[in-house]
Amino acid sequence: MNKLILSGAAIVIFFAIVALFAPLLSPYDPGEIDIENILTGPSPEHLLGTDSLGRDLFSRMVYGTRISLLVGLIAVGISALIGVILGSLAGYYGRWVDTLIMRFVDVMLCFPAFFLILAVIALLEPSIINIMIIIGVTSWMGVARLIRAEILSLKERDFIYAEKAIGASDLRIISRHLIPNAMGPVLVSVTLGVAAAILVESSLSFLGIGVQPPTPSWGNILSEGKSVMGAAWWMLFFPGLAIFITVLGYNLLGEGIRENILKT
Amino acid sequence: MVKYIFRRLISLIPLLFGITIITFMVIHLVPGKPTDMETQFNPKVSLEARDRIARLYGLDKPLHVQYADWLKRMASFDFGVSFVDSRPVIEKIRERIPVTLGINLASIILILLIGVPIGISSAVRENSFYDRSMTVFVFIGFAMPTIWLSLILMDLIGVQWGILPVSGIKSLEFERFSFLEKIIDVSRHLVLPVFVSAFAGLAGISRYMRSNMVQVLRQNYIRTARAKGLSEKEVVYKHALKNALLPIVTILGLSVPGLIGGSVIFESIFSIPGMGRLFYESVMARDYPVIMGVLVIGAALTLMGNLLADISYAAVDPRIKLE
Repeated sequence: MNKLILSGAAIVIFFAIVALFAPLLSPYDPGEIDIENILTGPSPEHLLGTDSLGRDLFSRMVYGTRISLLVGLIAVGISALIGVILGSLAGYYGRWVDTLIMRFVDVMLCFPAFFLILAVIALLEPSIINIMIIIGVTSWMGVARLIRAEILSLKERDFIYAEKAIGASDLRIISRHLIPNAMGPVLVSVTLGVAAAILVESSLSFLGIGVQPPTPSWGNILSEGKSVMGAAWWMLFFPGLAIFITVLGYNLLGEGIRENILKT
Repeated sequence: MVKYIFRRLISLIPLLFGITIITFMVIHLVPGKPTDMETQFNPKVSLEARDRIARLYGLDKPLHVQYADWLKRMASFDFGVSFVDSRPVIEKIRERIPVTLGINLASIILILLIGVPIGISSAVRENSFYDRSMTVFVFIGFAMPTIWLSLILMDLIGVQWGILPVSGIKSLEFERFSFLEKIIDVSRHLVLPVFVSAFAGLAGISRYMRSNMVQVLRQNYIRTARAKGLSEKEVVYKHALKNALLPIVTILGLSVPGLIGGSVIFESIFSIPGMGRLFYESVMARDYPVIMGVLVIGAALTLMGNLLADISYAAVDPRIKLE
C-alpha cells in the first residue's frame, strides 16, 4: 500500500462514516430553525456556526454528506452499469454493433456534459433520484471505451477460445470471463467518477436545480452562503471545503489504484 | 494536407447528424412537453388553445416529421424564436458567443503560459522537492470545486478587499470611459472569471506536459544529443520540447466541451452575459427553442475544437499525413 491509496482511503472512509452515522453525529436537527441565533459564527454551541434561519451548520453539513455521497455513488453505479453493458457488447460482437455503439459514444462526447445535464433537468423535476439518473446517463462513455478496449484484447486469448470450444454461451463468456477480467481500469475510472459526480451534484444544487432545500446538500448550502456573502464566511468556507476534501479523497484513491495495483 | 482536412470534414457529417438526433430526443422523449410552461400553469388556457399552441410548434405531427422539419430549419440556422422574448434564438446565441469564447480563449492561453513551463520544469527535475510540490498542486487543482474557488475569491478580493469587481463584464459608467479605460475596465472584470476557469485546466495540462516530457527525455535521440555534447538547455528546449508539446494540441481540443460546460457555472456566479448564462436562464425559464439551439451550437463548437486540434496536429507533425 502506498501513500496515495492510504490517504485517499482514509478520506473516503471518514466521510462514509459521517454519512452512515449522521443522526448520531449531528448535535441538532438539521431542519431546526432558531430565530434567536441567526448567522452566528462558529462557537462551542454551534461548531461551524448557523445559517440565515439559525439552523446548525454542522448538523446540516453532516446530513449533506449523506446526500452528496449517495448521489455520487449511485450516479456512478448507473454510469458504470450502462458503460459496462454497452462497452462489452461493442467489444465482443464487433462489426456493426461496435460501429453503432461507438459512434453513439462519439456523439455523446460532443456535448458539453453539463449542458446535456441541465437540458434534461429542465424537463424533469429536480428530485434526488432524477439527478442520480441524469448524471449516470450522461457520464458512461469513458467506461464504455475502457471496457471495449480491454475486451478487444481479451477475446483473442486462449481461455476464451477454450470457453467457446466447450460450448459456453455468449452471455456466459461476457459476464463470467470477459467483464471480470476487464474490471481493473474500470475500477479506477469509477473511483474518479464518484469525485466528478459529487462535483456535478454540488454545482447543480448550487445553481438551484439539484437537491432542493430544505434537504441539505453541500451545493445548496454553498448557494445560501453566496446570498449572505460578506456576512458569514463559514457558510461559504465549510461546505466548499467538504466538497474539496471528498473529491480529493476519491481522486487520490483512484490515482493510487492506477499507479500501484494496475501499474499503468 | 487539403485532402486530410477534407476527409476530416466529411467524417463530421454523421456526428453532426447524431448531435441533432440526441438533442431532439432529449427534448421530445423526456416526460414534460415543451408547451407545458406556456400552458399548464395558466388556468385561463383552454384545452383548445393548448392544442393550437401544440399545432403552432408542430407538436401534433408524428415525431419523425417534426424532426425532419426541425432539421430543415436548422440547416438555414433557423432555431425558432425564444418563448421568453420572441427574439430569434440564433440572434440571442450570436450575441452571447463572443463573451464565452473570449473568456475560454483567454483561459486556454493562461493555461498554456503557466501549465507548460510548470510541466517542463517538473519533468527536468523529476522527483525533486519542486516536482513533488507541483504534484500536490495538481491534485489540489483537480479537486478544487469551481464554485468554491469563485465564491472565496469573490468574497475576499471583491467584497472584503474591494480590489476587483465581481459582477458583469463592464462597469455602469462604461459608456463614458475613454478607449483605454474601457479596455482596463473589461480586463479588470475578467481577471477572476478567467483565473477560475483556467485553474482546473492548469492542473491537467501541467501534469500531462510533465509525463510527456519525462517520456521524451528517456528516448535515445535525447541521449545522442547529450552525448554529442549539447548543453542541457539545448537538449531540453530544442530537442525534447518540440516532441513533448505535440500531444498538448490534442488535449486542448478535447478540453473544449469541459470549458464550455464549465462556463455555465462561472458565468452564473460572476453574472457574465455569455452562452453559459443564457443556457442557465433558458433552463430556468424552460425556454425550449433556446435550450435546443445552445445544445446544438455547443456540440458544434466542440466538434470544431476537435477538428482544429486534429488539423494543427497534422500541420506540426509530418508523421500524421502518412496515415
